[in-house]
Amino acid sequence: MYTQALNSNPDAAERHVEDAALAARFQERIDAEERIEPNDWMPAMYRRTLVRQISQHAHSEIIGMLPEGNWITRAPSLRRKAALLAKVQDECGHGLYLYAAAETLGTGREELVDQLLSGKAKYSSIFNYPTLTWADIGAIGWLVDGAAIMNQIPLCRCSYGPYARAMIRVCKEESFHQRQGYEIMLTLAKGTPEQKELAQDALNRWWWPCLMMFGPPDAVSEHSDASTRWKIKRFSNDELRQKFVDATVPQAHYLGLTLPDADLKQDAETGHWSYGAIDWDEFKQVIAGNGPCNKDRMAARRKAHDEGAWVRDAALAYAEKQRLKKAA
Amino acid sequence: MATGPLTVVETPLVRYVLRRADDALILGHRLSEWCGHAPLMEEEMALANVGLDLIGQARALYTYAAEVEAAGRDEDAYAYLRDVRGYGNLLLLEQPNGDFAATIVRQFLYAAFIDPYWRAMMASSDATLAAIAAKAEKETAYHLRHSAEWIVRLGDGTAESHARAQAALDGLWAFTGEMFAVDEGERGLITAGVAVDPESLRGVWSETVGRVLAEATLARPADGWMQKGGRDGSHSEHLGHLLSDLQYMQRTYPGATW
Amino acid sequence: MSSQAVPLWEVFIRSRNGLSHKHVGSLHAADTTLALQAARDLYTRRGEGLSIWVVPSNAITASDPADKGMMFEPTASKIYRHPTFYEVPEEVGHM
Repeated sequence: MYTQALNSNPDAAERHVEDAALAARFQERIDAEERIEPNDWMPAMYRRTLVRQISQHAHSEIIGMLPEGNWITRAPSLRRKAALLAKVQDECGHGLYLYAAAETLGTGREELVDQLLSGKAKYSSIFNYPTLTWADIGAIGWLVDGAAIMNQIPLCRCSYGPYARAMIRVCKEESFHQRQGYEIMLTLAKGTPEQKELAQDALNRWWWPCLMMFGPPDAVSEHSDASTRWKIKRFSNDELRQKFVDATVPQAHYLGLTLPDADLKQDAETGHWSYGAIDWDEFKQVIAGNGPCNKDRMAARRKAHDEGAWVRDAALAYAEKQRLKKAA
Repeated sequence: MATGPLTVVETPLVRYVLRRADDALILGHRLSEWCGHAPLMEEEMALANVGLDLIGQARALYTYAAEVEAAGRDEDAYAYLRDVRGYGNLLLLEQPNGDFAATIVRQFLYAAFIDPYWRAMMASSDATLAAIAAKAEKETAYHLRHSAEWIVRLGDGTAESHARAQAALDGLWAFTGEMFAVDEGERGLITAGVAVDPESLRGVWSETVGRVLAEATLARPADGWMQKGGRDGSHSEHLGHLLSDLQYMQRTYPGATW
Repeated sequence: MSSQAVPLWEVFIRSRNGLSHKHVGSLHAADTTLALQAARDLYTRRGEGLSIWVVPSNAITASDPADKGMMFEPTASKIYRHPTFYEVPEEVGHM
C-alpha cells in the first residue's frame, strides 16, 4: 500500500535480541489490544518499522498531491475545482498528521523529509503514473482512494496510539474523497460517448497499478510476520487486494465500464472475484524509480523544498529577533 | 466586441458583480497553482484555504450575476466561456505567483483593500450583495491577518527575504491604483447605495499598508504611474495563459457537462 | 538549504460541544503566531473548533511510563470514592 516498499525490503540486521522480559511484557500488552504510546518501552525494531511505515505513508500523501494537483487549474467546473483543491489540500493535511505521528517516535520531520528527497525513503508506486485526462481525477478518487481506504481502516486499530489516532482522523476526512471520484466517473459514464470513452480509458490505465498498490503477493512478502504480530498490519496484502476487487467490480458494472482483465470472474460459491496475473515486473520497475513520473515527482518536491529554504530561514530569523528583543 | 463564446448583456449591476467575481476567481486560481508546490507544508494548507475562500466568493457572485442577468446562465458560463476581453478583474490579481514573497505581497495589498471593502458592503442596499459581503468579510479578515504576519516576517527576517519582499512590493505597487478606480456605471450604483465608493477606503488601506510595511522594515514605494485597464478587459498577457488553463476543458469539449 | 529545525508545537482544540481543549496533534512553526495560524489551517478545516491552544512541545513535562505503578495504581483500591460503593435503598430514589 502506501508503505508497500516495506514488504520487499526487510532489514535483517535490525532483528537483534533485546531484553527478553521487556519484550515479552510488550507482546502481552499488544495481545491484550493495549495501545503503545510514545514514551512506552518498545523493541527497537518496532520503533524502526513504525518510523519507516508512518513516514512512507506521509511521503505518499505529499507526493500524492502532485498527480491530482496537475488538474486543479484545469478542473471543468467551479464546483469540481473547489472539491479537488479541498481534496488535494486534505492530502497535505494527512501527510502532516502522519509526520506528526512519526515524530513521536523520535525522528524529526526534517530528517524524514530529507530521506524522501534523497531517494532513501519510498512512497507508493501509484503516484508515479501520469494524470493524462480529467477522467483520471475520477479514477484516482474512486480507485486509488478506494484502495487506500481498504488499507487505512484497519490501521485505525494499529497498536501504536499516535498512528491509530492519526488514521482515525484521516479516515474521517477521506470519506468524501472516494465519493468525489466516483461522482466524476458517474458523470462521465452517463455523458457523451466521448466522455464515456475517457472514463473507460482512465479505468484501463489505473486498474492494474491500483492492484499493485497493495504490495507483493503474500507468498513473497517477507516483512509481514513481525508487523502482524505487533498488530501494525492486520490484514495481508492479498486479503486487502481481494477486498478491494470484490468491492470495486460491482461499482464498475454500475458505471457500465469494463475492467481491463479478461480473467476476471466471480466464484459462484464464495462470491469473490478472481483476477488475472499482475505484472510484478512493472511494479518492481516503478518502485525502483523507473515509473513514468518518478523523476518528475521527486523534482517537484525537491524544488518546493529548496525554494522554501529562504522562507523557513526568514521565519526563524524573525522569531529569533523577537526573542532577543523580549529578553533585552 | 466578441468576448468569447459568451456575450453577456452587461447592465451596470451585472458588470459590477462580474468584476468582483472575476477578482475572487482569478486570485483563487493563482493560489490553487501553489497546491503541491508551496514552500512550507503548513503554508500549503493556508494558501489552499485562502484559495478555497476566494473560489467560494466567486461562485456566490457569479450565481448572483446570473440571477440578475436572467439569461439562463450559471456560474460556470461566466468563468469558462468568456475570453480575456470579457474578464474584468484587477491586473494585480492576475500577476503570476512568482516566489512566496510575490504571492504574499499580492495577497496583502489586495486583502488590505478588500477586507474593509466587504465590511462596508455589508450595508449595501442590495440584500444579496450585503449577505455575500458579510460572509466574505470574515474570510478576508483572516487573509489580511495571515498575509500581514508573513509580510512582517519576510521583511524583518533575513537579508534575502527582505530583498525578495521589497522587490515584490516595488514590482506590484503600480497595480494598486486600479483598486480605487470607478467607472460611470459603478458610480451610479454607489449613488444608489448598492456599491461602496472604493475611494472612501483609500485612507484605511493606506494606513494598514503603511503600518505593516513599517513593522516589516520595508520601504513603501512612491505613488508613481499606476497601471489600469483590467476592469475594461485590457489585461496583461498573463491572463490569457491563465484562462487557457482554466478553460481548457470547456474549449476542448465544447458544451459538455462535467 | 536550511538546516535549522523549525520548532514543534502541540495543538489543542476546544470543540463546539463545550468539552475542554483536547490534544489533536502537532505541527512545525517558527513562532507562536505562525503556530496558531497553522493550527487553524491544519486542524480546523471542517468546523472542528471554537478555540485553539498551541504549546511548544518541549514545554510539556510528561509522567514516566516506568512510574505507572506508583503513579496510578494506588487509586485502584479507593473504591469508596465511587458512588456505587454506598448503598441507598431503592425507595429513596435517584441520588
